[in-house]
Amino acid sequence: MPRVLLVPAVVAGGFFLLPLVGLCLRAPWSDIAAHVAGPEIRAALFLSLRCSLSAALISVVLGLPLAVWLASGASRLHAVVRVLVTLPMVLPPVVGGVAMLLAYGRNGIVGAPLDKWLGLALPFTSQGVIVAETYVAMPFFVLTVEGGLRSLDPRFGDAAATLGAGPWRVFRTITVPMIAPSLRAGLLVAWARALGEFGATITFAGNLAGKTRTMPLAVYVALETAPDAAIVLSLLLVVTAGSVLILLRRQWFPAR
Amino acid sequence: MSLRADIELRRGGTELHVDLDVAAGETVALVGPNGAGKTSCLLAIAGLLRIDRGRISLGDRLLDDGETFVPPEARAVGVVFQEHLLFPHLSVLRNVAYGLRTPGLSRQAAHSTAVSWLARVGIAEEYHDKRPGTLSGGQAQRVALARALAMSPALLLLDEPLAAVDASARLELRHELRSHLATFAGPRIVVAHDIADALALADRIVVLENGSVVQTGTTDELVRCPRSRYVADLVGWNSFAGTCRGGIVDTGAAQLKVASPIEGDVLVTVHPRAVSLFPERPAGSPRNVWAATVVRLEPLADRVRVQLTGVLPLVAEVTRAAVEDLGLAEGSKVWVAMKATEMSVTAR
Repeated sequence: MPRVLLVPAVVAGGFFLLPLVGLCLRAPWSDIAAHVAGPEIRAALFLSLRCSLSAALISVVLGLPLAVWLASGASRLHAVVRVLVTLPMVLPPVVGGVAMLLAYGRNGIVGAPLDKWLGLALPFTSQGVIVAETYVAMPFFVLTVEGGLRSLDPRFGDAAATLGAGPWRVFRTITVPMIAPSLRAGLLVAWARALGEFGATITFAGNLAGKTRTMPLAVYVALETAPDAAIVLSLLLVVTAGSVLILLRRQWFPAR
Repeated sequence: MSLRADIELRRGGTELHVDLDVAAGETVALVGPNGAGKTSCLLAIAGLLRIDRGRISLGDRLLDDGETFVPPEARAVGVVFQEHLLFPHLSVLRNVAYGLRTPGLSRQAAHSTAVSWLARVGIAEEYHDKRPGTLSGGQAQRVALARALAMSPALLLLDEPLAAVDASARLELRHELRSHLATFAGPRIVVAHDIADALALADRIVVLENGSVVQTGTTDELVRCPRSRYVADLVGWNSFAGTCRGGIVDTGAAQLKVASPIEGDVLVTVHPRAVSLFPERPAGSPRNVWAATVVRLEPLADRVRVQLTGVLPLVAEVTRAAVEDLGLAEGSKVWVAMKATEMSVTAR
């Protein structure tokens, strides 16, 4: 490594380290247990975990087939769909939330008939949180997995076909196991994105304590009323996300 | 059950039109320069590439005629791919058993069939649970062959089976492959880049150039009378392209006397043994004579191949005694002579 790069590299490292240091220095360590034990924080934490895991799961179930289709061709339709999928990644999540209200809200183009005939209303419910988080998280899964599929040598599928395997068996026994690293990576980033989701959630699902107030929303609310609680909540999120990263790193991304 | 394949397809910029018949128990080698369409032929027969027109049938079973199309998984065509394509996430044993996991066959039965095939190709039991990535080129080739044969295919296709094997293991593996092919009852097609592989494995050789067959014949026929520059180079003959008028071929660099009535564009081929070397300019007879310089000497059994530069680049094959008599070494000046009657001329 050339020495000139060392200084900016250290600056960049510090840039990411200092906010964590700030959190740790300002945390009210003496009564942290009381904060964490509070029923509101517990509710927010469990709601966050439940919704983000559900969103990650839905991203896999719906996103994998979409990724397979995206990787299967290069038509104009593929390009259009890829833009559609990428949009939530670059759009401000608030805008995504507004757009979702217009589609899946009570008066939305899909939401209204859902409400009328099935009595199903998504906005301001935990299901709404899951929908909002999925909207923002699934693109990360789809694009990661599509990348994995595109770098998979299709001749392995050909070899399996000559051995008598039909398309479904090839998918199950060759494609999925061979792109496992991308599946894991995609799942991890999608889950992390869902866990941190704020804008789309507050716009589409609101900010109802115990119902739709996830951790990021709780941090935001607490920052105005009880800054100490906000710091504890933030630390809790850092620890949760950080420990998952550390736990899965060894298992999912073995050292080369 | 013999294979009849009349393949017409366009892929990328090249058009492929190949007519190929392979009898049961016969091995045909497809040879040709890169991009000639050898692999496309195999893919079409395996069902991995659809033909535009033509007809592929195995025995009385139609596989593809441009409309009816039997998918690869229903063809029972065993393929050994160029880089073997062993599934990296499955053990060696499970690779071989992969084609055996069809309805009606228990896991146990598949397992024991795979074990016996691995034994037949000479893969020791200690490798059964290893991942293919840990195998040598030769071992991977054996496993790939076992995987293709285990599902008892009706037809066997091998795409450059020895290309990923290092030179030291090649000779032995070629010999082994030959005996495995001999025990397989159906038609066999081997794509070979190396002519030595083709000569050793095949009963008949089909030469493809630019998507069509330029010559087909037994090894002997090819060696005796190469009909294109590619084939001549392949079998080690000298070849010159030129225009023939009145028994003289003009190659641009030289005028060659030939004994042929053909007029127009021709390919002249000369066997290296028909090139004689002299210390002085030889006299008399209708010969093609010129001065040349020795570039390289390659011993070949009891003979020596002498590479020469001169009016035209040439390879001569002479006895060891002749090399000593002439005192040949790199850089030696000699006279080359070729009789007109030894020059075989084919219209192009």
